Amino acid sequence: MNIIVCIKRVPDTADADISIDKSGKDIEKGGLAFDLNEWDSYAIEEAILLKEKLGGTVTVLSAGGEDSNESLRKCLAMGADEAFRLTDPAFAGGDGFATARILAEAIRKKPYDLILTGTQAEDDGYGQVGLVMAEMLSIPHVSIVNRIEVQEKKIKAHRELEGGLEEVVEVDLPALLTIQTGINEPRYVSIMGIRKVAKKEIKAFGASDLNLKPEEVGSPGSDIQLEKIFLPPVGEGAEMLEGKPEEIAQKVFDILKDKGGVA
Amino acid sequence: MKEIIVIAEHRQGELRDVTWEMLSKGRQLSESLGGELSVALLGKDMKNLAEALKPKANRVLLIEDNRLEFYNSETYEKVLTQLVTERKPMLTMIGHTATGMDFAPSLAAHLKIPLATDCIGIDSKDEAFALTRQIYGGKINAAVSFLKKGPQYMVTARAGAFPVVEKEPLSGEIVFVPSPLTDEALARRFLEYMEAAVGEVDITQADILISIGRGIKDAENIPLVKELADSIGGVLACSRPVVDKKWLPKSSQVGTSGKTVKPKIYVAIGISGAFQHVAGMKGAGTIIAINKDPKAPIFGVAQYGIVADLFKIIPVIKDKVKGLKKS
Repeated sequence: MNIIVCIKRVPDTADADISIDKSGKDIEKGGLAFDLNEWDSYAIEEAILLKEKLGGTVTVLSAGGEDSNESLRKCLAMGADEAFRLTDPAFAGGDGFATARILAEAIRKKPYDLILTGTQAEDDGYGQVGLVMAEMLSIPHVSIVNRIEVQEKKIKAHRELEGGLEEVVEVDLPALLTIQTGINEPRYVSIMGIRKVAKKEIKAFGASDLNLKPEEVGSPGSDIQLEKIFLPPVGEGAEMLEGKPEEIAQKVFDILKDKGGVA
Repeated sequence: MKEIIVIAEHRQGELRDVTWEMLSKGRQLSESLGGELSVALLGKDMKNLAEALKPKANRVLLIEDNRLEFYNSETYEKVLTQLVTERKPMLTMIGHTATGMDFAPSLAAHLKIPLATDCIGIDSKDEAFALTRQIYGGKINAAVSFLKKGPQYMVTARAGAFPVVEKEPLSGEIVFVPSPLTDEALARRFLEYMEAAVGEVDITQADILISIGRGIKDAENIPLVKELADSIGGVLACSRPVVDKKWLPKSSQVGTSGKTVKPKIYVAIGISGAFQHVAGMKGAGTIIAINKDPKAPIFGVAQYGIVADLFKIIPVIKDKVKGLKKS
């Protein structure tokens, strides 16, 4: 089974104190750590698990600048066979639709049985790229997948719905699946592991290599554009409990008692 | 005429809340545009649901077909491609849900209609729409516009983001739309629904929930919070990352894809407050949040907030509770 996985390198903002930069259109990224998008780490792990079980190859693709090599190398260290980067000044400012077009054009040239992407990215959260690619490549898709079983020329996939419900479907190959977090346990990559793949070549391809015109990619090829960003209104907000830990603990106890806890 | 079409979402015989939310928003938009609001309902034996939708729209576009008994992205895309191509609505609204996320992006790409996903704000502006989305896990809001000029647009609307406003009922007329589906084989086939396993403890029945998130960092830190929960008489729950890492079972998860809970007291520890989590716990009587990031969205929904390192503050609270309970 030949599998292509599309990944993205994103800033880790889950625990970070983030602020808006001078342009008003992005956050200050200076002090932030970057890593493989969380959903994508499950997608690459799933691809490698399938390869280990069934044989074949895993190819990783990312649309991004040279920084993306870091995440691509992480995937190689996890067990991917090849990594490619799609990069061009013309790709800048693209939305989910424009990004999908770049990835789809790169994939069109390769043989594959299965394409995996994360369900969404931690930063933009479009949740769109995988399905648009599937449409452009004229293959069926299944989204938000949390379990896979490969059968003869088809896959049985579980989709995560709301409230703990799952929808089980089968889909003919080749197909594209978007992977949900929790489907597996992504393997740990050691520094030694990264070192082993440090010299592996990661080829980069630009717009002309993919026969894409400037108006088809980046901002001009996008459906939407970002006008400005701002901090979400907090509404009334919480009453903040302040003071020494001992004082805060006392206040928490009083609230718990008042509201019917600590009987 | 400017038409807005809401795609009704239903599952196992019931319309889902996002449908009413989109109809409420859609009505406000259609009134400000001087247009009309339609709701498209796809399924098998949909009479009751169609009747329920009538007061909320100018028309119910009803597409009934035995092949639409269970949701399938392929059949939905075929039916909606024909519907949108024929009616040319100015705006098509789809829920940003497990269902909507599964067909809206490919449908929009197929129809070459610009799409904005996961919108929490939709307003009409200059013959198009101004949108609000959230990025970076809900820590930042983004004002977004359509770059491609329509005249047709598509959005997916976040569940729970648009309040249902009661208005004078509309006299929705049911319009029967013929189904374009044939017996042609599908590349994707629905097999069955599966319910999640029931856990040992039912968190929906607990009066006090002590809930942990990504901030707990490691499974070996969980006993610290469990001890606090025991001393208060609470039950341990969690947000999604804790289940993804297999530290607690799925039955302990609060949120859109887990359980919706309404305890008297909900203590959120190391939970940032992504909307999927908040959707499952905002109905709690009193919410206390502990997080080291003062900008964490959880403080927007909590009544009481503590900005602190949980590993420093939890032991102190635990000792205090134990000490004062004795005295």
